[in-house]
Amino acid sequence: MTTTALPQQLFSDRYGVSERALEQALGSALARRADYGDLYFEHATTEALSLEDGVVKHTSKNTSQGVGVRVLAGEKTGYAYSDEVTVGALDQAARTAGHIAAASSEDRTVNVTPAVRGHDLYALSAPPIQAPLRDKIALLEAIDREARALDPRVKSVLASIVVEQKLVMIATSDGGLTSDVQPLARVQVTCIAEDANGRQRGSFGGGGRHPFQFFLDGDTHLRYAREAAREALTNLDAVDAPAGEMTVVLGPGWPGILLHEAIGHGLEGDFNRKGTSAFSNLLGKRVASELCTVIDDGTIPNRRGSLNVDDEGTPTERTVLIERGILRGYLQDRLNAKLMGMPATGNGRRESYAHAPMPRMTNTFMVAGESDPEDIIRSVDRGLYAVSFGGGQVDITSGKFVFSASEAYLIENGKRTRPVKGATLIGNGPDVLTRIGMVGHDQRLDEGIGTCGKDGQSVPVGVGLPTIRIDGLVVGGTQA
Amino acid sequence: MSTTAARADELRSVLQETLDHASAAGATAADVVAAESLALSASVRLGEVEKLTDAREKRLGLRVFVGGRSAIAGTSDLSKRSLRRFAVETVELARVTAADPLNGLPDRGALATEAPDLDLYDTGATIVAPDDALQDARTAEAAALEADPRLDNSEGAEFSQNASTIAYASTLGFDGGYRRSSFHLGVQPVATADGAMQRDYWYARARHRTDLEDARSIGQRAAARTLRRLGARKVKTQEAPVVFEPEVAASLLGHLAGAVTGQSLYRGTSFLLGRLGETIAASGVTVVDDGRLQRGHGSRPFDAEGLPTRRNVVVENGHLRSYLLDTYSARRLELQPTGNAARAVDGGPSSSPTNLYLEAGQHSPDDIIGSIDRGLLVTELIGFGVNQVTGDYSRGAAGLWIEHGEVTHAVEEITIAGNLLDMFRDIEMIGNDLTFRGSIAAPTVKIGRMTIAGS
Repeated sequence: MTTTALPQQLFSDRYGVSERALEQALGSALARRADYGDLYFEHATTEALSLEDGVVKHTSKNTSQGVGVRVLAGEKTGYAYSDEVTVGALDQAARTAGHIAAASSEDRTVNVTPAVRGHDLYALSAPPIQAPLRDKIALLEAIDREARALDPRVKSVLASIVVEQKLVMIATSDGGLTSDVQPLARVQVTCIAEDANGRQRGSFGGGGRHPFQFFLDGDTHLRYAREAAREALTNLDAVDAPAGEMTVVLGPGWPGILLHEAIGHGLEGDFNRKGTSAFSNLLGKRVASELCTVIDDGTIPNRRGSLNVDDEGTPTERTVLIERGILRGYLQDRLNAKLMGMPATGNGRRESYAHAPMPRMTNTFMVAGESDPEDIIRSVDRGLYAVSFGGGQVDITSGKFVFSASEAYLIENGKRTRPVKGATLIGNGPDVLTRIGMVGHDQRLDEGIGTCGKDGQSVPVGVGLPTIRIDGLVVGGTQA
Repeated sequence: MSTTAARADELRSVLQETLDHASAAGATAADVVAAESLALSASVRLGEVEKLTDAREKRLGLRVFVGGRSAIAGTSDLSKRSLRRFAVETVELARVTAADPLNGLPDRGALATEAPDLDLYDTGATIVAPDDALQDARTAEAAALEADPRLDNSEGAEFSQNASTIAYASTLGFDGGYRRSSFHLGVQPVATADGAMQRDYWYARARHRTDLEDARSIGQRAAARTLRRLGARKVKTQEAPVVFEPEVAASLLGHLAGAVTGQSLYRGTSFLLGRLGETIAASGVTVVDDGRLQRGHGSRPFDAEGLPTRRNVVVENGHLRSYLLDTYSARRLELQPTGNAARAVDGGPSSSPTNLYLEAGQHSPDDIIGSIDRGLLVTELIGFGVNQVTGDYSRGAAGLWIEHGEVTHAVEEITIAGNLLDMFRDIEMIGNDLTFRGSIAAPTVKIGRMTIAGS
């Protein structure tokens, strides 16, 4: 059985949703004067284990299933969902969603045919959900031992593994029928270190659309443990962060959250169609220094933010957002692409069947430059070197964004010196990238822990960055 | 939209069946929670229908114990044939986990024996017709956009409604349930001046529809809040007094809640660890958690383990008086549970505030602003720059600058920073403007000094 056939078979065998039932439901959805309709079926299993006090005391398993029916008419969206996957519930949801369209007496018939899938980025012979529980428990216990062995100041270790297996099937009124099996795994470690001066936390983790073995290969899980412990221990010695405008050097990988907040959200099609993004009408204009080329790529094998098809059945793509400083593209779902007269880019995503899709990022990164990362730090007299972040947020309309460092150091006379306490950095999306003066050759993607929230919906994403130098970013410490 | 009594009885029989399956599979104790909900949301943008959503959901969550071993599982498949297998698998899951002698259901004697009617369900409103919902959203948005020509765009307005039934049962013999409804109306206009855009919002939320603020009034307040942000600029990096409007002052209480809940204490991730009885805030600060406010957003007759909810004074005149605890964290800390167990249907219980609020003070918001020679009024905070372990605080802020007791101009692209413990101790004035618009509420608060980072 191929993985493509699997979801269709599941929904047909277990819930009686045949191709004929799909065609009927789409017909009901479009019974009024609608432009387009789609059905999104989902069956997701999530397993989570967590360790504290040195043992795995918490395990959980959750199963969710449901169907979301969407109808589009102009700029209007009708959406109905139910966690009852039956032909009757499907038909009722389809009629409810169709209410946004004007009444019509036409009969609509829809024929669906299984579509060819765009990519095969994460076909796993052993999906992580199938790995034995005892192996997952052993992994967490090994993480605990590794972190504690590193330093007696590591007082407690919290470690968790969450694995998910999602089966989706998408039928559209233009006849497409697509399905996908989406595995996902993530290991997260948090250490609390304590000395005479106080307590500090350090966190690290990783994952992706990988088999369980990914974490054991090369003792990746033990590296997570050491990194979490090291961050906590480093922060025990942290001094107060500076406050005010200064040069900031971002390390490679996860600090790419800068791109996600500063420009990524602002380039999502919905805000640009409505003209409410600080990037509205800037296509073709300079929004970054010519050292910057930024890509959103949903097609990187096994990455957390990758998808074979987006949640509207469109194959994902590699979309150039900024090319040598010039704004080239937006991230589009079907609705906004159509209304803006632009191509859909495979960025229509949703958290689950309980949500209508909207334009979202996949893996968003800056391509490598030519500078030696050491030279970038050496070029700064006084500034901040930030290597890890907790999270960020953006006001899309004003363009102001923040992201909060969890591990950062002062740069004094071209040298990385003392660690500083976590601080929030704030900037303005449309101009922050114009102040990037150096881009390193050390481009890296993050470890696979990112989750993006928008309008109440969370989806897994990735980011990536080489070492970069930004002048004049506001650092929100306490030392004025 | 009413869930009939028959529906509730059916849900309760599903719970009992699930417990029976778990016991038969070898569970020494178990509890189960189920939630069934109907929801409607209707949004408009620039006067046109943008989105109508209709939702039906039903989920069940099971926690089983095999001695000191425990596991949690959730499902939306409540069919009879699936429930047995679901319960058996959950017991199997528990068998592979490590035992903890403190694990288990609460003491039987602590269980709630009655479920007071907290008026959480609006029996009069039933389901709002989509056209009616859209009309409220249209009215709110139109009132916002009519207020000033600079309000020339919108992220839209939304009316939403939810009605749910929650049922809980355990092998201790507890069996209870209650219904809740909620109504929400919000609008987010966009204003433009000198080529720069600003957005802001206003909303109302209530358990009874008749308690919702009038749609026009919501729109007008959203308009005023958006207009006052125009012309925003950075200020110089400096130390200054900072006033938090009620919406953002509530976020400070949210951080306090994170530090007084059981799991953050026994895991050592709270900046208030070991400070019970100590002075952690200025003398005028009293913080109460009350699970039994009539029509309260965080009210419930009993908690997620069947214990009665109650009024807990968390901070009394600056002294830390009580943590908020579920059964397990109370046992870990050798204290008594406080009726604060909460759980998502898919997760295990943990401690959580119910209705948490800072008691109102004497000062009008204008008096508080008038007391400041040079400082900041914060109207919005963004980002996640709060370290719960150390209390270190650094967040992105937008607001209004105050000179000689008067608001002078809008401010943006700055941060405010300090340490939560210092900030609570440095609360100099508390407003008389406490209103409940969510489960965590605070009046206007003035903090004597924080670091503002800007140009």
